[in-house]
Amino acid sequence: MIRATLKSLAARKLRLAMSAFAIVLGVAFVAGSYVFTDTIDRTFDDIFGGLSSDVVVRPDLPGETDLFTGFATGTTTTIPAGLVDDVSALPGVERADGEIEDQSFFVLDTDGDVMTTQGAPGIAVNWHDGPNAEGDPVLQLVDGELPAGPGQVALDDRTFENSGYQIGDEVQFVSTGDEPRVSAELVGVVQFGESGSLAGASLSVFETRYAQELFLGGDDAFNRISVTASEGSSAEQVRDEISAILPGDFEALTGADVDEETASAIEEGLGFFNTFLLVFAAIALFVGVFLILNTFSILVAQRSQEMALYRALGAGRRQVTRSVLLEAFVVGVVGSTLGLLLGLGVAQLLKTVFGAFGLELAGGLVLQPRTVVISYVVGIVVTMIAAYVPARRASKVPPIAAMRDDIVSTESSRRVHLYVGGALTLAGAAAMAVGLFADVSDAALLVGAGIFAVFIGVALLAPVLAVPVLRVVAGWYPKAFGTVGRLARENALRNPRRTAATASALMIGMALVTAISIVGASANATVDKALDDGVRAQFVVSNAVGQPFSPAIAEQVSQVDGVDDVVSVRMSGGLVDGDQTFLQAFDPVAYSQAADLEMVEGTDELGPGQFLIGEDQAESKGLSVGDTVRLQLPGSDGEIELAGIYAQTPLLGGGVVVSQQTLEDGAVPPLDSMLYVIASDGADLAAVHEGLNTATADLPTVTVQDQDEYKQQSRDQVNQLLFLVYALLGLAVLIAVLGIVNTLALSVMERTREVGLLRAVGLSRRQLRRTIRLESIAIAVLGAVLGVALGLLFGVSLQRAIADDGLDQLAIPGGQLIVFVVLAAVIGVLAAVWPARRAAKLDVLRAITTE
Amino acid sequence: MTTEPSSPRTAARAVDLTKIYGKDDTQVVALGGVTVEFAAGRFTAIMGPSGSGKSTLMHCMAALDSSTSGEVYIGDTELSGLNDKELTKLRRDKIGFVFQAFNLIPTLTARENITLPLDIAGRSIDKDWFDNVIATVGLADRLSHKPNQLSGGQQQRVACARALVSKPEIIFADEPTGNLDSRSGTEVLSFLRRSVREFDQTIVMVTHDPSAAAYSDRVLFLADGQIVDEMTDPTAEKVLERMKGFDSVGQQA
Repeated sequence: MIRATLKSLAARKLRLAMSAFAIVLGVAFVAGSYVFTDTIDRTFDDIFGGLSSDVVVRPDLPGETDLFTGFATGTTTTIPAGLVDDVSALPGVERADGEIEDQSFFVLDTDGDVMTTQGAPGIAVNWHDGPNAEGDPVLQLVDGELPAGPGQVALDDRTFENSGYQIGDEVQFVSTGDEPRVSAELVGVVQFGESGSLAGASLSVFETRYAQELFLGGDDAFNRISVTASEGSSAEQVRDEISAILPGDFEALTGADVDEETASAIEEGLGFFNTFLLVFAAIALFVGVFLILNTFSILVAQRSQEMALYRALGAGRRQVTRSVLLEAFVVGVVGSTLGLLLGLGVAQLLKTVFGAFGLELAGGLVLQPRTVVISYVVGIVVTMIAAYVPARRASKVPPIAAMRDDIVSTESSRRVHLYVGGALTLAGAAAMAVGLFADVSDAALLVGAGIFAVFIGVALLAPVLAVPVLRVVAGWYPKAFGTVGRLARENALRNPRRTAATASALMIGMALVTAISIVGASANATVDKALDDGVRAQFVVSNAVGQPFSPAIAEQVSQVDGVDDVVSVRMSGGLVDGDQTFLQAFDPVAYSQAADLEMVEGTDELGPGQFLIGEDQAESKGLSVGDTVRLQLPGSDGEIELAGIYAQTPLLGGGVVVSQQTLEDGAVPPLDSMLYVIASDGADLAAVHEGLNTATADLPTVTVQDQDEYKQQSRDQVNQLLFLVYALLGLAVLIAVLGIVNTLALSVMERTREVGLLRAVGLSRRQLRRTIRLESIAIAVLGAVLGVALGLLFGVSLQRAIADDGLDQLAIPGGQLIVFVVLAAVIGVLAAVWPARRAAKLDVLRAITTE
Repeated sequence: MTTEPSSPRTAARAVDLTKIYGKDDTQVVALGGVTVEFAAGRFTAIMGPSGSGKSTLMHCMAALDSSTSGEVYIGDTELSGLNDKELTKLRRDKIGFVFQAFNLIPTLTARENITLPLDIAGRSIDKDWFDNVIATVGLADRLSHKPNQLSGGQQQRVACARALVSKPEIIFADEPTGNLDSRSGTEVLSFLRRSVREFDQTIVMVTHDPSAAAYSDRVLFLADGQIVDEMTDPTAEKVLERMKGFDSVGQQA
């Protein structure tokens, strides 16, 4: 039996290849995601491993250190120079070096453009030659000299190479300090660590005193102390020794702990990428299941005579089942192997793309045994599950039945489909509803599982749904295309189960694309409406990636002719009653001039130690005016009082608003995230815009936008994300197209005699191709129609569910949805090319005499 | 029962037709230079033992297969010079087919199957002629049925009606009764003969059943790729007698 199976497999290489392809793509995504994230992990472990000295002393921050949150700008709390001396005097300490570090000090190249990758920090540090925990220097001078005094700087070698500067040139910087523009003479080039890779960031090195001048307002203080333990003392001992003498708002950690914390924060930041890719891998595999299921179903149906012969020759039912499963196993193994290889290619591609964007990942790809195991398990299990149903059906073929041509699914099995499909659809919809609208902990999981169940449910219902839909989709064929059209329509309708299963694969991709496009359109509409209705300020000054900027800019902007008022908005993270919370800080009275802010309770006179909150959050947290919550900031920990409750606006999202003084008291650096600029009455807006542009001309980190530009920018951001998602979902659609190709090709094989007869009685090759093309279009459009319908359901419920979180405008991109359906028709045409050509090539005589 | 040909015209003919399968050592000569004429308005049966080349002859005559050498004419058209498009058009407009099995498209109704060649060609249907044909095959009340709702005999009659309705130059029937019980077979054969008598249709039928051959005007006997004999006004007994002769010849050889 095994030999027979393997022989039958080898005889159908093409078929094997086609059904394996779905597995290959799915597994490639899984393997690619793991290899890529492992490579990222390795890279950051390399960069940060052994970066710190034996022990690090730093201000004690509440909550987790999160490098990748744009508003986590650190703290203004500094370490006085005296503490460095105290630490270095301890017996277990060989040396203690005070360090200054700023994360928002950006190098401009010779063209005046910011050098770092968007989102990556511009790091500035003071020079010291203290070693890391392994005794190696962190920075090495590779060219020129070390910066020895004011106005001198050394750059890291990567930045230096790309900048166009020569040693001796005056380098331009943008800082968040009081002086937004700084320049310094380039005196040397340093290399960071062994590889020099900074993952897209830039590094500027200054002499200590000058760094204090630039970043700490000239105080003789530091951000951090790097401590080297003396011979014979362990890092842990020294840490404890230091902890004993530290004031309460500082902490001492071993370097190893700090490095691990830094690396894992970055990995977590990029970890979403892994999740993202794995989600698409799951979608690809899920769609692949339909393709494999369908392929195996058709193959089994076609081989039912062969199966029956085996049965007649005495093979047991289980043997027949096993032979189909064995075939699936082989397909799974082949598919997983190729998928794993392709996955390495995918990871390499991602690595190259990241490199092109400045995030260079040094070294080769990391292939862990875990990746290999997961790839094979996923590939093989998925294939065998997909093959199990047809396998069982195959085993049920009674030897006699196989002599008959048509094995029609029985009425009862169709009813089972109807019930199970209906139940699954309802259960899935219910799970979605609970996840979306009720307050439960595992909402995302529920929604995901719900969508999954709805997909399977609808796919089971699809044979029933397909008939009426096809009658509409292909109903006009006979009128428009005569007999050719009638044949195509009847072919699409003759086996609803097969047509529906084929269309289901496309349905899934289309449903997701539709849902995403609705969410995207709603997001755009929400922003548009929020700005149209809620913002009175004519201009907005902001940073493209949300990095905060110097308050000096607000000062400069307010000097521009025709500017009446400038409202600054600051942002920070903080712990509110122990929960990580996003805080906004502005003067509500001034803000209400620039944008909508209506109080429903309390006052908008916001003093230090007070806060405002939106209506919904006040309700859900059970807060009323006068209540207090605990607020922890880097430099403060105390109660703040609720001064007022405001009506929810899309712009504010209903979150916590504090005064800027509260943030400054909490040692949050005083940096602006956004400026609303209000023009004076009757001012020439074009002239004001011009003036604002001039005022910010030498600050490439911020942009001035009027409302239309601001809308366009946020729309562009949404659309960029959409296109990324579309591109990845395109993969699911590609698999679906393969499914159509496969089904058509196999159907044509099945109908060889029919094709022969049609050709014999005078159907031309062109007419035959058109017949198959029309059938293909009908299948594709069926999938698209079901998909768009489901996608509408998903998209609208998703929008409804997060309406309260800001996405309160529902927009259905009707034109786009029509484009999707038309695209599906095009997909149908493309999918038919090969099967149609194959059918047209059939030799008439041989076709008609096939058994 | 002798009927003079109502027309001296030739509906189809082959001149020195050969068909060789395979190459070199494995060559099989299916037709070894057959020259034959099929007069218009006549019912001709081709008989012969298996492997005699009777099906090959029909396939070559019917533009379903290409010949190795020689000429085939349908009316005045010589086939070897035609490309696939022209052959398709020829089959559609000039030739009718009745196959042994699988004659109908399962997704189309009987009526749609009957008008299929006309529909494919985009030709309009001659209503009177259609009704006439339907009445003759006795399918008036079965027209909206799908093939799987029809008996084997009915299916073959639909196939005959299809062949007839486009008024082809010639109809080729390949063992049209091979899969039928004798009563259904008789119906189909009677119908074929009626269409020759009443509608002046030309029919060439391949069969190995002497009683089927008895319905024809003329029987050609093939053996080893050659026409070895022919018989006009056959009866089942005479044909059977002749066939026995071949069998014994075949066995001796």
